[in-house]
Amino acid sequence: MAVIEYIDAIRKAMKEEMDRDEDVFVLGEDVGIKGGVFTTTKGLQEQFGEDRVLDTPLAESAIAGVAIGAAMYGMKPIAEMQYSDFMFPATNQIISEAAKIRYRSNNDWTCPLVIRAPIGGGIFGGLYHSQCPESVFFGTPGLKIVAPYRPYDAKGLLKAAVRDPDPVLYFENKKCYKLITGEVPDDDYIVPIGKANVLREGDDITVISYSMPLHFVEQAAADLESEGISAHILDLRTLQPLDKEGILEAVRKTGKVLIIHEDNKTGGVGAEVSAIIAEELLYELDAPIMRLCGPDVPAMPINPPGEKFFLLNKEKVKEAMRQLALY
Amino acid sequence: MTQPASTGQNVRHLELGLSDEQAIDMYATMVTARKFDERMLLLQRAGKINFHVSGVGQEVAQVAAAYALDRDTDYYLPYYRDYGFVLAVGMTLRDLLLSVFAKAEDPNSGGRQMPGHFGSKKLRIVTGSSPVTTQVPHAVGIALAAKMKKNPLVSFVTFGEGSSNQGDFHEGCNFAGVHKLPVIFMCENNQYAISVPIHKQLAAKVSDRALGYGFPGFQVDGNDALEVFRVVKEARERAIAGDGPTLIEALMYRISPHSTSDNDLAYRTKEEVDLNRAKDGIPKYKQYLIDSGIWTEELDAELHTKIRKLLDDATEYGDKAPFPTPESTMLHVYADDAEQGGKG
Repeated sequence: MAVIEYIDAIRKAMKEEMDRDEDVFVLGEDVGIKGGVFTTTKGLQEQFGEDRVLDTPLAESAIAGVAIGAAMYGMKPIAEMQYSDFMFPATNQIISEAAKIRYRSNNDWTCPLVIRAPIGGGIFGGLYHSQCPESVFFGTPGLKIVAPYRPYDAKGLLKAAVRDPDPVLYFENKKCYKLITGEVPDDDYIVPIGKANVLREGDDITVISYSMPLHFVEQAAADLESEGISAHILDLRTLQPLDKEGILEAVRKTGKVLIIHEDNKTGGVGAEVSAIIAEELLYELDAPIMRLCGPDVPAMPINPPGEKFFLLNKEKVKEAMRQLALY
Repeated sequence: MTQPASTGQNVRHLELGLSDEQAIDMYATMVTARKFDERMLLLQRAGKINFHVSGVGQEVAQVAAAYALDRDTDYYLPYYRDYGFVLAVGMTLRDLLLSVFAKAEDPNSGGRQMPGHFGSKKLRIVTGSSPVTTQVPHAVGIALAAKMKKNPLVSFVTFGEGSSNQGDFHEGCNFAGVHKLPVIFMCENNQYAISVPIHKQLAAKVSDRALGYGFPGFQVDGNDALEVFRVVKEARERAIAGDGPTLIEALMYRISPHSTSDNDLAYRTKEEVDLNRAKDGIPKYKQYLIDSGIWTEELDAELHTKIRKLLDDATEYGDKAPFPTPESTMLHVYADDAEQGGKG
C-alpha cells in the first residue's frame, strides 16, 4: 500500500469518483487551470475538462447555490470553498437551503451535495485564513459533517460523501495537507459517515478529538507511554451525526476523558460530546470531563507569538493529558 | 358548451402561436388564481386558516409566462405569490388547499411549510424557502446541470423587485451570464416590498441590471398577458438556441396587502390602490377574448360557476383531510433516518 500525503488522498478521491460517475463534478474558485490555491484539484481539469472542473465567479453563495440547484437536478457536485473562512457568505444557502430541502419537501426533493472547505491555522493566515467554522454548522439537522485526520479517512470519507444522498460538509485541514502522510489503498473503498475510529488503544485516559490536533495527541501519547501513561485515542472523523456509541465505548474504556479541538471552546463540538458523556456515563467517570480547545477569541492573530498562543501543540496536549492521568 | 371561433379580427394570440383554446385556458387559469386568492382571504377572516399571502394583481403575468414555457420539460422556481403560475403548470386547487390547511397529503411539503412555498418534483416545481431569492442560484444550477447533460430545457425563476436587491440575485445572474445558461429570470415588480415602496428599493430599473451581466433585459407590462407571453417565449427561444439568459421585469401592482397580517393603508392610500385596480389585467384580457370573438359573458358566467364548484370541493377536501401525524415531524431529515421511523 502506498504512503501518500493527505492532500493527495483528497485529490485521488475526487478523481476516482469522477471516473466512476459522470454526474460528479467540481466547482469553485481557482479549481480549474490553477488546480486550487493548495493544488487540491491539480490535474483534474486536464483529465475531465472545463465543464466538470468548473472555475466559478468569485461569489461563494452562488458556488453553494448553483451546486444545490445542480444537485436537485440529479448531479453530484463537489463545491470547493477556498478557505472555510469564506464559507460564511454561503451560510444561508447551506443552512436554509441544502440542509432543509429533503425535509421541507417531505422527501420529494433531495440535495446530494458535497462542500469541501479547508479549516485550521498554523500557516500564518491571520483571522480570515485560519478559522475552524464547524460549530457554526454543527447542530443543523439535515447536514452531515466530516473532518478527517488520516489520509486513509480523507479519501474514504470524501468518497462516501460524494455517494451520500444528503448534503455533506467536508472539512479538510490545510495544515494536514502536506504534514500528514499515511497508507492509502489504491482500490475503491469508503469510510462510512457516522463512525468514529480508535487510533490507539490505551487504559488510563481517553482522548477524543478530530482533524489536525490528533497529530499532537498521537505524539503526546507516544511520549507519555514512557511516563507510564497509556492513552486511548478516538478520532471522531464524523462530527454530524456523532458516533454516540463509539464515544461512550471509548470513555468506558478508561473512565477519564479529554476532548480536544482547535475550534474555540464555547459551543464547540466538544461541548456536545461532553454532554453526551455526562448524560450517559456520569457515574462511570473517575474524573471531571476535560476540554482543551482554541481560546474564545474571534480568530487567531497573524503575529507568530499570537498564532502560537492560539494553536494547540504537542506540549499543550501532553500537559493536559498528564493532568487528567494524574487526577 | 360550444365555443365560438376566432373572427380573425383580433388575432394577436394566434400570431404569437397560441390557439384559441390555449388563449381561453390562460384566462381560466388567471381567474382561478384570483378566485383562489379571494377565497383564502375569506377563510382567513373566518378563522379557518391562520395566514394567507396574496398574489392579486400578479396573476396575468404569472399565467402568461407559464404558457410561454415548455410545460413538459422546463423547471420552475416560483416565489411565494405565484399561485397563478403553479396552477398553470399543473398544480391543482386541491393541492393548494391541502397546503393552505397544512395537511399530510399536501404535495408541496406534506403540511410542513407555509402556503406559497411551492414544490413538486413531478411537476418540476423546485422546492422553495422563505429567505427571499435563494432560488435564483438554484435555477442557475439546474440550467448548468441540464446543459452538462445536454438536455434542452429552460429553468424559469421568479422573484419580487424587493428581493432583486439580494446578493443571491446578483450572484446567480452573473454566474448564468458567464456560462450563458438557459435561465429566464422574471422579476414580478409589484411596486412594494411589504411596506417599502419602489423608490426606496431601487434607484433604477431592474431590467437594466441585465446589461451588467451580459445578457438582455426587458421591461414588460405585466397586465398585458400577450405581451408577457411574447417576451417569455422569445427568451425561451434564445435560451434553447444557446444564447443564454434573459432578465424580464414585469411591471404590475400588488393590489392586496402583503399578507393577511398586513394593514396596507398604513403606508399607501386607497386612491392609489383603486387607481391600480382599474389597470387590472384580467378584465382587460377578458375583453380581448370577447373582442376576438372567442369568449362571451355567458361563457364567463359558466366559468365562474365551475371555478366556484372546484374551490368548494378543494376547500372541503383540504379542510377534511388529515393532518400529518405528530411523530411524522421526525421523518425525512436524511435519506437513512430509518431508525427514526423514516423511509430507509
